[in-house]
Amino acid sequence: MANILVNAPKTAKRGAVIEIKALIMHQMETGFRPGPNGQILPRNIIEHFTATWDDAEIFSMEMSPAISANPFVSFFAVASESGTLHLRWTGDHGFVAEEKVAIAVE
Amino acid sequence: MDRRHFLAGTAVLVLLPFEPAAATPAAMAEAIRKLVGDADVREERVKLDMPPLIENGNTVPLTVSVESPMTVGDYVKAIHVFNEKNPQPNVFSATLSPRNGKAMIGTRIKLGDSQKIVAIAETSDGRFWSASADVIVTLAACLEEAT
Amino acid sequence: MRARYFAIALFLVFGASFALAQSQGQSQRGSGADTRRSGYQDMGPALQQMQDDDTANPGMLFVQQGSKLWSARVGVAGKACADCHGDAATSMKGVAARYPAIPPGADRPVDLEGRIDLCRTERQQAPAFAHDSQDSLALQAFVAAQSRGQPIAPPDDPRLSSWRVQGEEIYRRRQGQLNLSCAICHDENAGKKLAGVTIPQAHPTGYPVYRLEWQGLGSLRRRLRNCLFGIRAELYPVGAPEYVALELYLMERAKGMTMEAPAVRP
Ligand code: HEC
Ligand code: HEC
Repeated sequence: MANILVNAPKTAKRGAVIEIKALIMHQMETGFRPGPNGQILPRNIIEHFTATWDDAEIFSMEMSPAISANPFVSFFAVASESGTLHLRWTGDHGFVAEEKVAIAVE
Repeated sequence: MDRRHFLAGTAVLVLLPFEPAAATPAAMAEAIRKLVGDADVREERVKLDMPPLIENGNTVPLTVSVESPMTVGDYVKAIHVFNEKNPQPNVFSATLSPRNGKAMIGTRIKLGDSQKIVAIAETSDGRFWSASADVIVTLAACLEEAT
Repeated sequence: MRARYFAIALFLVFGASFALAQSQGQSQRGSGADTRRSGYQDMGPALQQMQDDDTANPGMLFVQQGSKLWSARVGVAGKACADCHGDAATSMKGVAARYPAIPPGADRPVDLEGRIDLCRTERQQAPAFAHDSQDSLALQAFVAAQSRGQPIAPPDDPRLSSWRVQGEEIYRRRQGQLNLSCAICHDENAGKKLAGVTIPQAHPTGYPVYRLEWQGLGSLRRRLRNCLFGIRAELYPVGAPEYVALELYLMERAKGMTMEAPAVRP
């Protein structure tokens, strides 16, 4: 299971704009670097990040090899109604990781 | 001797995040043209925040914010970031929605060298806005034994 | 070829940088006020912020991994660290701030990595971790994080003095093709710029650290190896006692300073 840290409030006032921060462990090997034996290390990156609030996709990001190892992403969301924020990372070699956070809107 | 080789030399064993084959300012301009087509790109409304002096190019914090009400009728659809000198000009493309409430995103990027970074925002009316930053990347001292 | 090319470049850098040293370094052992500075204070605000925010500090991903390992049953004994040590927040508080130390029944000091390996091989009856393996670093980070905010408190064990003397001797000895000592950079030129990088005072407050250059977490030993390599000195083998001696000297030199692992460093 991937190591993931998500910072999102558990509760929010209706209509509040909340910040979501997410960090995931991933090497983000660029595919341009030589390894110890001089051979180029094969590319291994996260290509895509999406955030959905219940069923609605609210934010996504296409990444490139220029995103740092252990990628960090922060964005905002309107706390419109109570729901589950679902974060999902996908990438090379079938990489998939997910994290869910329940946010109660009052 | 180009600048990159000079820097690599002075900084000892530099495990640059990228090998010297690099994008160029022209490649960046081309990538931007591909995105915006013939549209005007105005240097307004976008703010690109990066530390002016970067202590290590492997992890450079970056924040892009765009002035926008973020309503269904008027919002930022996308934010793209480009660079001049990494092997590929595209750094990332983010897709936003009115559900974001605020057009501000942050991430961390790799930069093999001092260069210009450009952020372009696309608003729901199809217009493009931009900001750029010139950053200086310091290369670390005392690195790893030769690999 | 590559190594040779870089070695030559290194002479240029160090030579030029000392000539061009910009800001005035502070002398460390001043009388009166404590002028010791953590490497944290030599970083810019962006990196300080990265270290300070637990959901932005990539080192915390390894702490999370370490917390999973803490409660995983492994080895012939089928025991988890947690089975014997319980809640790390109490049992491991302040522990990392005391290492290296001499374990009960032993006659030579081990650092935190070595201490964890003892439990791993003797108590869990599992194979020792490879040096600097990610699992070992993750456990070290998890254990060390329980000492955040605690003062560095080297043990008052007379058997450690000869090790500290050896560590200090290595620290002050000129070595390597560049004929530099640790002290020349970290005592006499700390605070000055070396090819744009501020030379820190080399206090081991944040280990294991998330070093951006490594794009990952690494040990104090790895950091010391990087500096030895930087001056083109012959590296001690990875498991050599000389590293523990240097670590003991550095911890003594940083006595009372605040633990901040997992720190972020450029
Ligand atoms: C079967 C019980 C047992 C298990 C399992 C065990 N330990 Fe220990 N550990 C001990 C005992 C007992 C000591 C006290 C010192 C001694 O006698 O070796 C100790 C000491 C330590 C210390 C030094 C504490 C100090 O105050 O100096 C650390 C750190 C430590 N263990 C970490 C770990 C970690 C990490 C794990 C899991 C990888 C682990 N231990 C697994 C029994 C255990
Ligand atoms: C030529 C100058 C120089 C010499 C000699 C040198 N270092 Fe360093 N050292 C540095 C620099 C510069 C850094 C910071 C590197 C960076 O930020 O990229 C550093 C970093 C360190 C750190 C990390 C401090 C922190 O905040 O985490 C330690 C520990 C250290 N050195 C110990 C040593 C020891 C021990 C020796 C002798 C074996 C030594 N250094 C020799 C220049 C030197």
